[in-house]
Amino acid sequence: MITVQDLHKKFGDNQVLKGINCEVKEKEVVCVIGPSGSGKSTFLRCLNLLEDITSGDVIVDGYNLRDRATDINMIRTEVGMVFQQFNLFPHKTVIQNVMLAPRKVRKISAEEARKRGEALLVKVGLAEKADQYPAQLSGGQQQRVAIARALAMEPKLMLFDEPTSALDPELVGEVLEVMKQLAKEGMTMVVVTHEMGFAREVADRVLFMDEGIIMEENTPDVIFTNPASERTKNFLNKVL
Amino acid sequence: MFDFAQVIDFLPQLGKGLYYTLLISVIGLLIGFILGAIFGLGRISKNKFFFVISSIYVEVIRGTPVLVQAIWIFFALPIITQYNMDSVPAGIVVIAINSGAYIAEIVRGSVDSIDKGQMEAGRSLGLNKHQTMRYIIWPQAFKRMIPPLGNQFIISIKDTSLLSVILVPELMFQGRYIASNHFNAVEIYTTVALFYLVINFSLSLLLRYIERRLNY
Repeated sequence: MITVQDLHKKFGDNQVLKGINCEVKEKEVVCVIGPSGSGKSTFLRCLNLLEDITSGDVIVDGYNLRDRATDINMIRTEVGMVFQQFNLFPHKTVIQNVMLAPRKVRKISAEEARKRGEALLVKVGLAEKADQYPAQLSGGQQQRVAIARALAMEPKLMLFDEPTSALDPELVGEVLEVMKQLAKEGMTMVVVTHEMGFAREVADRVLFMDEGIIMEENTPDVIFTNPASERTKNFLNKVL
Repeated sequence: MFDFAQVIDFLPQLGKGLYYTLLISVIGLLIGFILGAIFGLGRISKNKFFFVISSIYVEVIRGTPVLVQAIWIFFALPIITQYNMDSVPAGIVVIAINSGAYIAEIVRGSVDSIDKGQMEAGRSLGLNKHQTMRYIIWPQAFKRMIPPLGNQFIISIKDTSLLSVILVPELMFQGRYIASNHFNAVEIYTTVALFYLVINFSLSLLLRYIERRLNY
């Protein structure tokens, strides 16, 4: 589903990604962990070209993102993204947030979009909030709406950029629950996270990033119980 | 000592002035808003040419007095273009061009103030840049524009009084005409001032109402 080859990313003189290689298969759940500033989020944002790529190749669903012929808007309809800060549209109600992209990009009818949107809100447990504005919801509820909004495009792949980092501790669980459900249904997911419990339980594979490269990648069992690199050990000692 | 009752006799003439004041304000500000939207987006455009043109426009207009602009457009421009413009259309052009520059800055500031995450969220859903601007950024920016736009509208409405120097038969022009012929400066200029006050205060109330309606 995703192939990344020798990905480099610079912000001015600051080299953030220094040659990332990895592969994500269909229906796989990959968690990316690592200290802040290690380039995890930048890496994730390169996968749908929210950051442009300095060099290297990112191939998503068979399309090379650096190929000029690739229609990035088309790719993005297949790649859902959930942000740390939710980024819901504050001037639209919950259901309008979910309906907007299917209406304007997929061009489906309002009725159809509403029906699908309502079904998704049921799925994330927020059916009764459809007509409220984002500001009226808790952080956890907002993030679940954001997940429903991304799912409304029926993407083949979901990217999560620290989806629970902005939440109060007691609200983290409800969001992780939705994500677990999604993983169980076979969604391909790449999750940048600090939730080690989630990574351990849900991930098929864990990538440990540090200083712009993938230091280590393995199954969660191995990473969390018997990591190969000293760096990974150090990091896990601090966070676990 | 002062005879405000006589003002009634001059109301038709002042009413005519009021008509031109409102006409020029409404049309001028409508065009000004369009200019402001275009050049405001120019000021945040990645297109160098569009950016430079927009910046020159904003700086030239903001850097020169509206009175000079009015006189230049009415007396100097016809010499260059060999085309005489009537005073009313010239007045509309002055208000449009002048307010457009300030509105451009208001538009730029408001659009800039919308969190970058909004654009990213829109784009990540597959909306193109234009769609994201239209459905997500612009409606939010518009709400933030209303208070400063209200300010600018009021300033521009008051600026129309300067158009009396290019013979636009607006409120101030009529007031000066009456006062100099009937020696009733206190009564007439007080009335003229009240007219402006009523227009601008009504506008304030209207804008406050619109802003409340757009609350979310």
